[in-house]
Amino acid sequence: MLDILNSIVVLSNYVLIPAITYGSQLALGALGVTLIYGILRFSNFAHGDTMAFGAMVTILFTWLFQSWGITLGPLPTALLGIPFGILATAALLLLIDKFVYQFYRRQKAAPVILVIVSMGVMFVLNGLVRIIIGPNEQRFSDGERFIISAKEFKLLTGLKEGLAFKTTQGITIITAIILVVALFWFLNRTRTGKSMRAFSDNEDLALLSGINPDKVVMVTWIIVAALAATAGALYGLDKSFKPFIFLQLLLPIFAAAIVGGLGNPIGAIAGGFVIAFSEVVITYPLKKVLKYLMPENLEPTGLVQLLSTDYKFAVSFTILLIVLLFRPTGLFKGKSI
Amino acid sequence: MTTSVRNIGLFIFVACLIAGTGFIQSWNTALFILNMGLISAIMSLGVNLQWGFAGLFNVGVVGFVALGGLAAVLVSMPPTKDAWAAGGAQVLLGLLLGAATITAAILCQTKMAPGRNKTFSTVGVLVIGFFVFRYVFDGGVEAVEAVNPAGTGYLGGLNFGGVNYKSWGFMTVISWPIGGVLAASVAYLIGKTALGLRSDYLAIATLGISEIIIAVMKNEDWLARGVKNVSGLPRPVPYEIDLQESAGFLDWVSSFGGDPVTTSSIVVKLGYAGLFAFVLVIILTLAQLALASPWGRMMRAIRDNEYAAGAMGKNITARHLQVFILGSAICGVAGAMMTTLDSQLTPGSYQPLRFTFLIWVMVIVGGSGNNFGSVLGGFLIFFLWVQVEPFGAMLMQGITAGMAEDNALRIHLIDSVAHMRLLTMGLILILVLRFAPRGLIPEK
Repeated sequence: MLDILNSIVVLSNYVLIPAITYGSQLALGALGVTLIYGILRFSNFAHGDTMAFGAMVTILFTWLFQSWGITLGPLPTALLGIPFGILATAALLLLIDKFVYQFYRRQKAAPVILVIVSMGVMFVLNGLVRIIIGPNEQRFSDGERFIISAKEFKLLTGLKEGLAFKTTQGITIITAIILVVALFWFLNRTRTGKSMRAFSDNEDLALLSGINPDKVVMVTWIIVAALAATAGALYGLDKSFKPFIFLQLLLPIFAAAIVGGLGNPIGAIAGGFVIAFSEVVITYPLKKVLKYLMPENLEPTGLVQLLSTDYKFAVSFTILLIVLLFRPTGLFKGKSI
Repeated sequence: MTTSVRNIGLFIFVACLIAGTGFIQSWNTALFILNMGLISAIMSLGVNLQWGFAGLFNVGVVGFVALGGLAAVLVSMPPTKDAWAAGGAQVLLGLLLGAATITAAILCQTKMAPGRNKTFSTVGVLVIGFFVFRYVFDGGVEAVEAVNPAGTGYLGGLNFGGVNYKSWGFMTVISWPIGGVLAASVAYLIGKTALGLRSDYLAIATLGISEIIIAVMKNEDWLARGVKNVSGLPRPVPYEIDLQESAGFLDWVSSFGGDPVTTSSIVVKLGYAGLFAFVLVIILTLAQLALASPWGRMMRAIRDNEYAAGAMGKNITARHLQVFILGSAICGVAGAMMTTLDSQLTPGSYQPLRFTFLIWVMVIVGGSGNNFGSVLGGFLIFFLWVQVEPFGAMLMQGITAGMAEDNALRIHLIDSVAHMRLLTMGLILILVLRFAPRGLIPEK
C-alpha cells in the first residue's frame, strides 16, 4: 500500500505537477494562436516573441517595484508586473496591427502572405527584446519558493518520497484557470464575445448583421495580448526568462493549437495538456515510479526513459504528425480550409 | 529593354557594395561576403523553387542546410576504424531494426482490415520495436562513443585516404550532391505527410522537422560528435600554409610586391568562390530552364489556381512533392558547401533565425518567382546582414554622442548593436512586402 502511495507521490512530483504547469502555459499560448487564427485567419509566427515581449515588460516592472521595495510578501512581485506587461503588449499589438496587418486585411491578401508578414514582425520583436533586455537569462522571481517543500511533505506524511509544490507552479495553474474562465465567460456571455464568435464562424454573415469588424479585431488583439503576456511571464517565472526560448516554444504551442483543432479555444486548452503530458512522460525516467509498482525481481534495470529530454520537440512533433495524418481538423473539430 | 538594364544595374550595384567593402574594410571580409553570398544565393534558389514556382511555404530551411553539412562530414572525414570495430555494426543493426519497425507499423496500418486488431497490432509493433531498437542501438552507441571521446568518439566518414585523408579534398566536393540527396530523402518523408494539407500545416511540419534534425545533430555524438563539433574537414582548395611554403607562389607574389600571408588567404578564398560560382551557375541555369519549360508553366498554373490545374488533370500533390524535394535538395547542396567553406561542422550554429528566416527575406526582397531576383537577394541581404552591425554601431555612436561616456543608457545601446541585425531584417521584410511586394526583380 505504502509502495503505491510512494509511487503516486513520485509521479505527482516529477510528472503530474510539472506537466500541469507546463500544460497551462502552453494552453495560454495556444489560445492566443487559435484566437488569431479564428478571427484574423492566419498562423501568427510572431506569437512566441509576443510572449517574450510581454514577459520582458513584466520583468522590467517587477524590477522597478522591487527597487521601490514593493513586494507581495510570500507571492512573487511579478504578479504586480503582469498587468503592466499586458498593457504594453496590447499597445504594441494594436500598433503593429494598425501599421502592418491592417493593410493586408483591407486588401484581402492570402493568409500565407500574412504568415510571411508575421515572420517579419517576429524578427522585429525578437530584435527589440534582445536590444532592450539583452540576450541573457534573467531571473525575477521572489517571495516564498515553495507552497510545500519535499522535506515538509515527508515530515507531514511520513512517506519515503517527497512532494515539492513550487509557488510559481501554483500561481501558474491558478492564473491559467482564472484567465480561461474569464475568457470563456467573455466569449459566451458578453455581446462583444458573441460577435467575435460570430465573426469567426462566418465573416460575411457577421458583417451583414452589423458587427463592426474593426472592433472585433481590436478586442481580439487585446485578449491575445493578455494571454500572451501572462503566458510569457508565467513561463519565465516558472522556468527562466531567455529571449530565444520563446522561439522554440512556438513549435509546441502550434502543435497544441493544431492538435486541438485550429480556431477552437477548448481544443487549444486540451491540445496544450496533451502536448505537455506527452512531453513530460516520455522524457522522464520512469524507473523511480516503476520501482514501487513492480515486484522486486521485475524491477527495471535501466532508467526507463523513453527519450532523452533533448528530444522533447520530437514528441510534440510526432503527436502533431499523427493528428495530421489521422484527423487533420484536430481532436475537437477546428477549421480546415 | 529598360527592365533588363535595370536588373543588370542592380547586380552591378551589389557588386560595387561588395567591392567597396574590399576597398574600405578588407578584401578578406569582401570575399567572405562573396562566398557566403554565393551559398545564400543557392539556398534562396532552392526556396524560390518551392515558394516562387509552387507557392509552398517551407520554414525548415535550416534543417535541410544542416543535413547538407552532415553529409559533408560523413563523406569527407576518415572512418574511425576502432569505433567501427567496437560498435559500428551494432549501431547500423539498431537503425535497421528501427526502420523495420516503422515499415512494419505502416504495413499493419495499410494492409490490415480496419478494426480493433489493426490498432492493437500497429501499437504493439511500435512498442515492441521501440524497445528492441533502443536495446540494440544504445549498446552500439555507447561502444562507439567510448572510443577516444576527446578526439573522435564517432563513426567517422567515408574518406578512405587513410593518414593522408586531408589531401583527398575532392571528397568534400563529392559530398555536395550527396548532401542534396540526404536532404531530398528527408524532404520526401515530410512532404509525403504534410503536403496536400493546408499551407500552414506544411509550415509547422517543416518547422518541426528542422528542430528535430538540429536536435539529432546536437545530441547523437556517434554520428558527427554532436556539440563537440567536427573540425578540420579536408578542403578542395590548397591550404594557405602550403601556398606560403611553395616557391612558385612566393615568386608570383613578389612579382607584384604583395604580402604572402594576405595573398595566400585571398587566393584560397577566390578558389572557393570559383567552385561555388560554378555550382551556382549550374543550378541557376537548370532553374531558368525549368522555369521556361512546360513543367515550369504547369507549376505556375498550379500555384495560381490549384483547382483549375487539378481540373486540367494535373496531379497537384505529386507535383508539389516533386518541387518540394527539389528545393530542399538544393538547400542541402548549399549546406554541404557551407560546411566545406567553414571546414567544420558546428550543430550549435544552426539557428532558425539565421538561416530559415534570413533566406526567406532574401527570396522576398529579391523577387519571389524570379531566379535572378533570388540570386540578387542572396548577395544583397547577406551583405546587409554582415554590414548592419558596423553601420548600427556608427548610428548608435551618433545618437548617443551627446550623452556622457559612462551614461548607462549609452553603454546599453552600444552593447546591443549586435541585435540590430534582426530588427533591420524584419523591417526590411515588412517594408518590402508592403511597398514592393514583387521584390527588386519582379516575376515576368
